[in-house]
Amino acid sequence: MSKFLNILGPAVGGAAGVLGLAYVAADQFVADIPSVAPRMVTFATAATEAEETDTTAAEATPATPQTETVAANTSGFGLGRPALAEEIAAWDLDVSPDGTGLPEGRGDVFTGEEVFAENCAICHGDFAEGVDNWPVLAGGFDTLADKDPVKTVGSYWPYLSTVWDYVNRSMPFGAAQTLEPDDVYAIVAYILYSNDLVDDDFELSHENFAEFEMPNAGGFVVDDRPETEYVNWRSEPCMTDCKQSVEITMRATVLDVTPDEEGSGEASSMSHDSGTQMAAATPAATEVPAAEEPTAEEPAEDAPAVQVAAAAAIDRELVKSGEKVFKKCKACHQIGEGAQNKTGPQLNDVFGRTIGGIDGFKYSKGFKAAADEGRVWDEAAMYEFLSKPKSFIKGTKMSFSGLKKDSDLEAITAFLKANGG
Amino acid sequence: MTFRTTRRGLLKSGIAAGATAASAGAALANTPDPLITELQDWASGTGDGVDATPYGLPIEYESDVIRRNVEWLTADTISSINFTPIHALDGTITPQGCAFERHHSGAIELRKDDYRLMINGLVDQPLVFSYADLERFPRENHVYFCECAANTGMEWAGAQLNGAQFTHGMIHNMEYSGVPLRTLLEEAGLDTAGDLAGKWVYVEGADASSNGRSIPMEKALDDCLVAFKANGEALRKEHGYPVRLVVPGWEGNMWVKWLRRIEVMDGPVESREETSKYTDTLADGTSRKWTWVMDAKSVITSPSPQSPITHGTGPVVISGLAWSGHGKITRVDVSRDGGMTWETARLGKQGDSKALTRFYLDTEWNGEDWLLQSRAIDETGYVQPTKAQLREVRGENSIYHNNCIQTWHLKANGEAENVEVS
Repeated sequence: MSKFLNILGPAVGGAAGVLGLAYVAADQFVADIPSVAPRMVTFATAATEAEETDTTAAEATPATPQTETVAANTSGFGLGRPALAEEIAAWDLDVSPDGTGLPEGRGDVFTGEEVFAENCAICHGDFAEGVDNWPVLAGGFDTLADKDPVKTVGSYWPYLSTVWDYVNRSMPFGAAQTLEPDDVYAIVAYILYSNDLVDDDFELSHENFAEFEMPNAGGFVVDDRPETEYVNWRSEPCMTDCKQSVEITMRATVLDVTPDEEGSGEASSMSHDSGTQMAAATPAATEVPAAEEPTAEEPAEDAPAVQVAAAAAIDRELVKSGEKVFKKCKACHQIGEGAQNKTGPQLNDVFGRTIGGIDGFKYSKGFKAAADEGRVWDEAAMYEFLSKPKSFIKGTKMSFSGLKKDSDLEAITAFLKANGG
Repeated sequence: MTFRTTRRGLLKSGIAAGATAASAGAALANTPDPLITELQDWASGTGDGVDATPYGLPIEYESDVIRRNVEWLTADTISSINFTPIHALDGTITPQGCAFERHHSGAIELRKDDYRLMINGLVDQPLVFSYADLERFPRENHVYFCECAANTGMEWAGAQLNGAQFTHGMIHNMEYSGVPLRTLLEEAGLDTAGDLAGKWVYVEGADASSNGRSIPMEKALDDCLVAFKANGEALRKEHGYPVRLVVPGWEGNMWVKWLRRIEVMDGPVESREETSKYTDTLADGTSRKWTWVMDAKSVITSPSPQSPITHGTGPVVISGLAWSGHGKITRVDVSRDGGMTWETARLGKQGDSKALTRFYLDTEWNGEDWLLQSRAIDETGYVQPTKAQLREVRGENSIYHNNCIQTWHLKANGEAENVEVS
């Protein structure tokens, strides 16, 4: 509180400031004393709401009247509860450039190549070269001043900690926070190798991490707009005769890359008559079709009558929870009307389909072999695959580690079936 | 009438315009308008009862006023952005339902009951707040714009996207209700942090991307807001329900959605979103980092490519938006000749700090070609630059923070096109 007032004292005002001061005036609290007791009332309340909160501390301390709680709290309101060490450990995962925050562990390039192939290559390519529009992770050195810079981990990222931190917390896409620390070390080692920054016998660990300096570490300057721009652009602007002449030097319609609101193939974006309004919504509706409610009453229009009858028997609730489970799949798979192959194949009518049987989709060797054998997706196969993808199809590029709960497997099966499966 | 149409699209709207012209020229009309002389269904029968739509949506005739994305920009909609239909809105407040979305790993569903906010790091007492706790702190209301740093980013190399929605629609402006971040930091106590001058606050979301960003303590204690309501109602899922951070005037990426953790630190984390992304590469290959403030900017929303003039010649309202991350907009100038001469527009109301300001120029159009531009000036005296001025300092590879003056070419048929001028 005192630090805060020193810095921003004059800025403190309004209700918050006044209330805060009132509490400070009543303050009998010494900062060194753990503030569990004064926060007791709130803590007990919070603990009953939380399913996974350890309530031992709450039970150990008798509740105190709320008025006392507030008066005794130096910080102001006595709201919230102390964070437990386990909770902080679970969420405080960030890693700083000096390596602070790294867990112990190690991983080498060879291991990294395998882990990368399993978890990352489907989007980033076997050699970190990037598939489709997904990020390229390797190469691009000496391109930053070019017309089209190639910004990769090697050519652009200034700190190795950022790579470790991001892979650890946010990758793989659709299955974040499923990698073990050693896997993360191995993946990062492999990314360095794919950038020719280390040799193939390199091992990255918490011990040698801080020694590594990225090539573009010195390539950044702190925002210098005040000196390079503001000083020049804070002046009275010209109002008349500001230029001798004006010419059009470029037109957007020549490029013709604007999304077409009419769906007519014409670049026009006039949508003022009501006839175009409904069409306008169509190309812009980019949500994965699966997000729409698949109900048993609304099977695909072209579904045979037999399937309609079958679909009607599916438990709607189960389909609904299956739709939720499908969120784990949405990063790579589309389902429903207009579903297309993305990172993974589209999943309409998957049951009865030959395994690995979508024309034009680039399957892994394992899936191609299954297709050659003429294997077909049925419930048993789907259960087995979705519970342990990598043991069902050896070498599958699907990075998903599998559904652990039977209830999830049952639900996703119902959901897939509801979509013509 | 000199109003002529040549393109198919305009011919279609010309049908509607024809009817408008007939009624607009009422003094010349010699046949009565059936909409007036004949009994209409809506004037005789009855309409919907209450509760027909327990939560109302815009009437069907407004169904083209929607967010749109540009598919080729990103690999997948889960990690992507769409655009506010600013060409079709007026005033300054953006309705939540059409305010742009930007997700790094999709919009998650997080119940208030499942919501936890942790404050840890260099604080006297690390704390966990429930959603209910947050509503017990004194709260404030503020209107702020939220602009993605990449807004107008596709226009660096030239005029590319033909519509204000696509060139300038990564922005929205809402009234937020929430608790000042400083109140929460103070609740956890900052004595442990020692000298606050060099300290940072790291904020992250509950989604898989976490989208962590480091914010200097000075800003954290100044005007950041931990917000749970926007425009009077709960935040939408796509905007971070139930709680997001509001970082007034600074790039939208820092407005962490599904805010779950605030850590007081000695230095910046240098997370992915503040190193590999949201850094601005200059012509010589070096890059600026920590370019947080959104500089003054404006755009004419009507007429514009998606909002052509369909009413013919005569009185026309030129309308647009202006904003600055440095404070209030004090003035907006409009040019009709590509920047040779300027006239000062009228502000819809006096500008709020770090919020959208609406401007109008009420004028006459006689069917001539216009090269329409607007130029914002903020309370620091900063004048929105031309694209040439920006390129001179930064080159064309910055991606982010393109706040250049925009040009629309208004043609004789009332259509407008995104162009670049000398």
